[in-house]
Amino acid sequence: MNIVAISWKNLKLKPLNTALNILLVAFGTGILVLLLLASSQIGEKMEHNSKDIDLVVGAKGSPLQLVLSSIYYIDFPTGNILLKDAQRVMRDPAVKKAVPLALGDNYNGIRIVGTDSNFIDLYDLKLQSGRFWHSDFEATIGAAVALDQNLKIGDNFFGAHGLTGSADVHKSHAYKVTGILEAQGSVADDLILTSVRSVWKMHDHVGHDHDHHDHEQTDNGEKELTSLLIRYRSPLSAALFPRMINETTNMQAASPAQESTRLFSLIGIGIDTLQWFALMIMVIAGISVFVSLYNALKERAYDLAIMRSIGASRPVIFAIVISEGLAMTFIGSVLGIFLAHLSLQLISCYQEGSQTRFNGLIFINSELLVLAAGLLTGMVSSVIPALRAYQADISRILAGK
Amino acid sequence: MIQLSFVEHQYPEGSHIVFPDWEIQRGAKWLILGKSGSGKTTLLHILSGLLCPVSGKVEIEDTSLYQLKARNLDRFRGSKIGLVFQQPHFISSLTIRENLAIAQKFAGFPESRPRINEVLESLSIAGKAASFPQQLSQGQLQRASIARAVINRPALLIADEPTSSLDDDNAATALKLLFTQSEENGATLVVATHDQRIRPAFTNLYQL
Repeated sequence: MNIVAISWKNLKLKPLNTALNILLVAFGTGILVLLLLASSQIGEKMEHNSKDIDLVVGAKGSPLQLVLSSIYYIDFPTGNILLKDAQRVMRDPAVKKAVPLALGDNYNGIRIVGTDSNFIDLYDLKLQSGRFWHSDFEATIGAAVALDQNLKIGDNFFGAHGLTGSADVHKSHAYKVTGILEAQGSVADDLILTSVRSVWKMHDHVGHDHDHHDHEQTDNGEKELTSLLIRYRSPLSAALFPRMINETTNMQAASPAQESTRLFSLIGIGIDTLQWFALMIMVIAGISVFVSLYNALKERAYDLAIMRSIGASRPVIFAIVISEGLAMTFIGSVLGIFLAHLSLQLISCYQEGSQTRFNGLIFINSELLVLAAGLLTGMVSSVIPALRAYQADISRILAGK
Repeated sequence: MIQLSFVEHQYPEGSHIVFPDWEIQRGAKWLILGKSGSGKTTLLHILSGLLCPVSGKVEIEDTSLYQLKARNLDRFRGSKIGLVFQQPHFISSLTIRENLAIAQKFAGFPESRPRINEVLESLSIAGKAASFPQQLSQGQLQRASIARAVINRPALLIADEPTSSLDDDNAATALKLLFTQSEENGATLVVATHDQRIRPAFTNLYQL
């Protein structure tokens, strides 16, 4: 029987008290880890998906909305731009690569993206099977789409109008799956890619309801795109090119880097608040552990004196009390980390946009810091009770004074 | 052999007590007799290394108790001295067997289940090994307390008021057990009490 076993048996003697302390620590740790995991995964996904995109050009409106809809596929586009305006931008000498995007349809909530082969180069897409789209209404689907929707090469499906929902299905044309992408770890995993022409043709029929902004053709028949993803020829272009777009055209240019930073500063306030909340819970947990151990000392003074009388040294008594505090916070922290991962995995099951889907199975180094912080809380909370136990006058206790 | 020479103790409230010099032969049985507050418990605590006197020397088997370093003194107490208190007290989260096992561990001995069983059997409480202290009767607890005191075959077995709260029959039984166990384990027995009932059982008397 070692010190840890003795401590554990002592803790089990007061199961409700111990459970409350463990739960408090688990709650604080869990919220902290959940926030860390979520911010880390959002940050990584944002960086990964926008790393080769210098600028997004689209209809005037919120630049953040433009970036979110065109790179992360998590918001509605700001509107459409005329093809001829887009082509002028694509031909600009400052532009090294321009990827057209035509959004507007979905299949079971998965966005159908009309684009061209530059999209393949931009995300360095590779095929798992089949081939890339070529003719009209051919589609290449992301690995996650194939898995989630159980789509195979040669399968046909109908797109629906809008970016979510399947009320307005385009029954006139069916898409045919010609290829399935390898898992990329990017937004492409959760997209259905087709040609821009397919998207145009899908909407090019009589009687279509044009109430929304997300169509690809004006009422007078001019072709439209949703946005352009731009790579500069030279970093110097960043200084002048966006201003030129914003001031001389009826389009807007939005920098993914700037908008991501702005988004993080916006959600950062909420994250900071939650982090302070979690830290406060950790402090309360620490105080609770301290109070439990301190009160238990009064009841256990004779126990500890008996241990000294049968040969336990002062350091052993100190270690027993410390390890009780550490055991509660260690179990609480591990439980908190487990619950955070479980929660993230559960959240991911209910996320609509698979592009931003969290993964509860990913671990990050910062979790070790949270675990260490939990153990430190246990150490700090139990050090005063442990010192009192260390210094106790056993002769007086045994004499009943 | 156990020797007390020039031992003095000062209480925190200022009073002072000087203990007469004392020499105890190995295997002897001594009774410390005195009224309440005469310093019996203080003397037992000094003898067992729990309370350092302000002056004087305590030697047990040629080891000067208070010249040992703290850690060695704790280990010496665990291995060479067995203590029985008036109110038997155990770690309530541990079974009787585990209470005896930690007495072996703290004394620096390996945990020996055969030895634990042997001692519990000799005290007729082997069936209570897996029970928690709160499941035992007062009499069984007193026996278990003696078992813990002799588990490491101490050189000195000290009992503080072991019979004061017992009726005549149980007092006689407790005393008999202390005598038997000290003899079986080759220990010197020192009993402190104000209980005059057990005086006739002792030939050696240390009066306070």
